[in-house]
Parts: sequence; C-alpha cells; structure tokens
Amino acid sequence: MTKYILKRILYLFLTLFIIASLTFFLMKMLPGTPFSNQNRMSADQLKIVKAQYGLDQSVGVQYVRYMVGLLHGNLGTSFQFNNEPVTALIGQRLAPSMQIGAQAMIVGTVFGILLGAVAAIRKNTWVDTLATFISILGLSIPSFVLAVLLQFYLAYKWKIYPVALWDNFQSSILPTLALSALPLGTVARFMRTEMVDVMSSDYIELAKSKGNSSWRVVAKHALRNSLIPVVTIIGPMAVSVMTGSMVVENIFSIPGIGEQFVKSITTNDYPTIMGLTIFYSFLLIIVYLIVDILYGLIDPRIRLGNGGKE
Amino acid sequence: MDKILEVKDLHVDFDTYNGTVHAIRGVSFHLNAGETLAIVGESGSGKSITVRSILQLLASNATISKGEILYHGDDLLQKSEKEMNNIRGNKISMIFQDPMTSLDPTMTIGKQVAEPLLIHNNVSKKDAMKRAEEVLRLVGIPNPAARMKDYPHQFSGGQRQRIVIAIAIVDYPEILIADEPTTALDVTVQAEIIDLLRELQQKIGTAIIFITHDLGVVAGIADRVAVMYAGRFVEYGSVEDIFYNPQHPYTWGLLDSMPTLDTNEDARLNSIPGTPPNLLDPPKGDAFAPRNAYAMQIDEEQQPPFFKVSKNHFAATWLLHPDAPKVTPPAAILNRFKKFEQLGGNAK
Repeated sequence: MTKYILKRILYLFLTLFIIASLTFFLMKMLPGTPFSNQNRMSADQLKIVKAQYGLDQSVGVQYVRYMVGLLHGNLGTSFQFNNEPVTALIGQRLAPSMQIGAQAMIVGTVFGILLGAVAAIRKNTWVDTLATFISILGLSIPSFVLAVLLQFYLAYKWKIYPVALWDNFQSSILPTLALSALPLGTVARFMRTEMVDVMSSDYIELAKSKGNSSWRVVAKHALRNSLIPVVTIIGPMAVSVMTGSMVVENIFSIPGIGEQFVKSITTNDYPTIMGLTIFYSFLLIIVYLIVDILYGLIDPRIRLGNGGKE
Repeated sequence: MDKILEVKDLHVDFDTYNGTVHAIRGVSFHLNAGETLAIVGESGSGKSITVRSILQLLASNATISKGEILYHGDDLLQKSEKEMNNIRGNKISMIFQDPMTSLDPTMTIGKQVAEPLLIHNNVSKKDAMKRAEEVLRLVGIPNPAARMKDYPHQFSGGQRQRIVIAIAIVDYPEILIADEPTTALDVTVQAEIIDLLRELQQKIGTAIIFITHDLGVVAGIADRVAVMYAGRFVEYGSVEDIFYNPQHPYTWGLLDSMPTLDTNEDARLNSIPGTPPNLLDPPKGDAFAPRNAYAMQIDEEQQPPFFKVSKNHFAATWLLHPDAPKVTPPAAILNRFKKFEQLGGNAK
C-alpha cells in the first residue's frame, strides 16, 4: 500500500509538470496582453512594464524561469490584485470556497446516499417517485436559481439566515444548501440504480435466507456494495464543487476563489492563471488518489498490496 | 417417521405484464426428519419457486394464492415477517445455486458464516467466529483459521460452494433446502459437494430438500424423489420406485433421455419432443399431454389425479386408471422394470 501511494505521488508530480508546461504555452497563445490600459501607454512605458514582469524575454526563457520558481514553491506575483504573490492570493481566497464546497459535498453525499437507498428499497412506490422527483430537481435546477430562492425565502422573507455575508457558520448555510443540490441529485440517482441492482443479487437473497431483518440486509450487505460506483462520481464532483462556483459566491458575497479564476483569465493575469490551474490540478489528482484508496477500503476485490494475492 | 414439513395444495402466481402466470398449481408433499427428498424437473417447472415458498423468499410480484406450509404443524404462511426471520437460517436454511454470486463480495467469509449465529443465538462475536471456523473446517476449507479474514473472490468456485454450505448449516438447521447446489460446478466438484452434503446430513441429522434437473445427481443422494412438470408434481416415490418402476410418461421421457452405461455410443440421446406449456394459460387437462406419445382423450380434458402404485409411490397419469388400455413403455424403461424385479420389486 505504501509503495503504491509513493508511486502515485511520483506520478502526481509528473502530471503536474506536464499540466504546468501545457498551461504555460497555451496561455501564451491567448490573444491580448495583461495590461488593460496598454493603449494609453507609450512604447517605452510598455517596455519598462514588460521588463518589470520579465515579459520581454523569449517564451522559452520565461518558461524555464517559471518552472524554476515553481520548484521553489514560488508561483510569482499577480499582475492584478495589487501585485500580491499568487500563493497569498490563493491562500486567502481558498478557505471560503473550500469550506462551502466541503460542506456542500458532505450534505449532498450523505443525503444523496440516504435518498437513493430509500428509493431503491421502496422501489416503484410513491416514496421512490418522490425521491426521483427530488433528485431530478436537484440535478436540473441551476445552483444560482436555488441560491436566489433560498436567499429570498430563508433570508429576506423569514430572516432566518443572513442574506449575503461571510463571517460565521450561520452565513455559510445558504450557499452550502445551494451548492449541495447537484451532488445530492447525482448521488441519489446513482445510488438508487446501483442499489436496485444489488438488492436483486444472489447474495442479498442469501442474506435474507439467513434470517436478517430487512434493515439489517440493507445496512450490512446492500449499502456497502452499492457505494462502490458512487465513490467514483464523488471524486470529480468534489473538486468542481470545492473549487467554487463563481455565481453562487457572487450571490452570497463570498470572497471565494471562483471569481478570481475567471477574472485572471479575462485580464491575462498569467501568474494567477498558472497558479490556480496548477492548484486545481493538484487538488483533482489528490482527490482521485483518495478515491482510489477509498475504493480499496470499500471493495476488497480491488484492495492493493498483499503481494498481489488474487 | 416424523413428518416435519408438510406442503398442502400450494399455488403460486406471478403478476407479469402479460398477465398472471400460474407457476405452481397445487403442489403437496411432506418431508420426514433426516431424510433427503429430491425434486426433479426441467427448467421452469417450478422447483425453485416451490422451495422458495417455504422460506417465503419469492420475488415481489409473486403471491402464494392458496395452500398451507406446515412446519411441525404450524402454518408458515400465517407467520409474520419477524417470525419468519426467526426460522430462516436457523430452523430452515438454504443453499443457493451459483456460488460465484451468492456470497457478499465485500464481507469476510468468517463474518458471513458467523452471521446466522449472531442473528439467532445470543452468542458473543468471538464465540460465533470460533464456531464459524469449526464449521468451515467441517465443510472442508483447508486452514480455516487463516482464511476467516479472506474475501469470497479469494476462493475457487467449489470452495465458495462449501462456504455457502457452511453458512446454511452453521446453526444446525432441521431442514436444509439445496436449490441446484451443484449445477454451476464442474463434474468432479459436483461429486465432492454431494459427498459433503451426505456426510453433513449424517453428522447433524438435517433433512434435505434437494432440487436438481440432473437425475444422475438424484440417485446419489435422495431417499425419495418427486418429479415436477409445469407447476405440478407428476410422480413421487422412493429412488428405486422412480428409477426402476416409473409410471408417468414424463418420468419415462426424463429417464429415457439420460445416457446409461448400456447406451450405444453411436446412438443419439433421446429427448422429449415439444416444449412445456405456457403457464399464463395452463391447460385444462394433463399439462404433459401435448408432448406425450401415450396421451389419451381424457388427458386433454381432465387433470389426472394421483394413482397409488405402491405404499409410497404415486403417479398422476390416466394410464394407471383401471379402465386405461395397457401400453408398452419405451424399451429403456422396460429394462428398468426388469432391474426393479431383480431388486425384489413388483413392476407393473
């Protein structure tokens, strides 16, 4: 197991290197310059500014410089956002996005699993229909529509939660709910399909023939086996939810990272684009690694190590 | 002998998109303590459904529309789900057909074997595991202590069937239902599993209902045999009765399509022509009549009752009616009659 994880970490760095290189060159192919007021600058001024950021060098030199900096953990300084170092920028903006994302994932996954399981157990009854209805709503209502609805009723009309604020846990509840609809709907759909399949399998029949009560059959045998494919979708979904939804962050005035990413691209803020891309990739790879380890924990057939015993 | 189980006039229907399928149409039989009853018949004849009705492990679209299943005189069909759970895996347990899919892939086999004990007996986890280990040794899993923590995929098909058997017998059930336990295994492993079941029966004295479509397997294990066709029993009796003094044309057909040591190796195997009837709309008369070379007018019109052949041997065919014309069974069956007489029986 340790050997496997070390190998994966080696691959992680290799993948990051490739992603960083690709992004660097792709980014250089973007039209436009980082300087929005370029038209008002004289040729000399432009030259000075370019030299200041090292943009006067050839792309090859810039690439080597950036990669050397990256090796030292230096992501450069932003062209925007008061020329702050990119690491500091990400650091400040990351925490709120991650918190809300993680909360939304936990809420969405837990309730999604429950909803899917209940729907499967009560297959073809009104409970199933209701659960399917809820999960389709979760899948199809855009998070920003839900965000505005939650804001209108729970914050504006009934004044239970703040409208748009970022300070304590209370203020994170509405954005969490808005973002959790998608994972909830997705997980519930997957869970139901899988569990219906599992519930009709031979080992469930055997479990019933042992005298297990129906809830014990579900808890001890069906749930764990149904979770295997659900874990697969949780990984990538977690990344997309945790890295922030710009619109939802905007609606609730959350100083998150989603907004920053979009802004950095529209302004050709090279170091910030690079920094965020590398960071996102890192997160994605780590999540995949965790998913793979989780797989092994849930399904012994793909457990690693043990000298490859069948 | 002690009758521990008695099924009376069992009817099971399935609701399907095409209508109601009358899968079981009046099955009655009993099981004595410690004996082995084999139920044979082709696929779809209702063998599995009959035994699953006993444990009420039927698909959700199935209903037991009529009948009684008396276990020590108590009708199981009147019991609540909770009462049934106290019987399942404890008094009556089941061995399933496909060992490759019958074990929970994510649970260690030790836990799977110990589970019935933890459900039914007030035992500690440690004691249950200890007992599971003993039973795994009993069913022939080598080095069980080391393998308790292994998962099903780490065992071969034959070993998995032994584990499935271990689960079924761990709580010393009074009745063991074996639903084609050897069908999914290759022939050498089949023989081992049959031997194991016989050995276990001796050791723990359980009665076995053994379902199979393989008459060769029946000869090796059963005390009594029931032949099933289209949701009804057509003939039942001792192994000798069924093998050497069969009376129903369907039983003749089954036996005639089984190769024996005397079968000429150049000859084609016999088979029963036609297909079983559609049970959405069961025939009025004898369900076997359309495929039966010996069928008479009355077979089309009226279902034959059981005629007594000897003390424990009954067959549902009009050929046994006193007014029926004498027919000559196929040559292979006549040979069997001869053997029956050699065994000291009195063949018809």
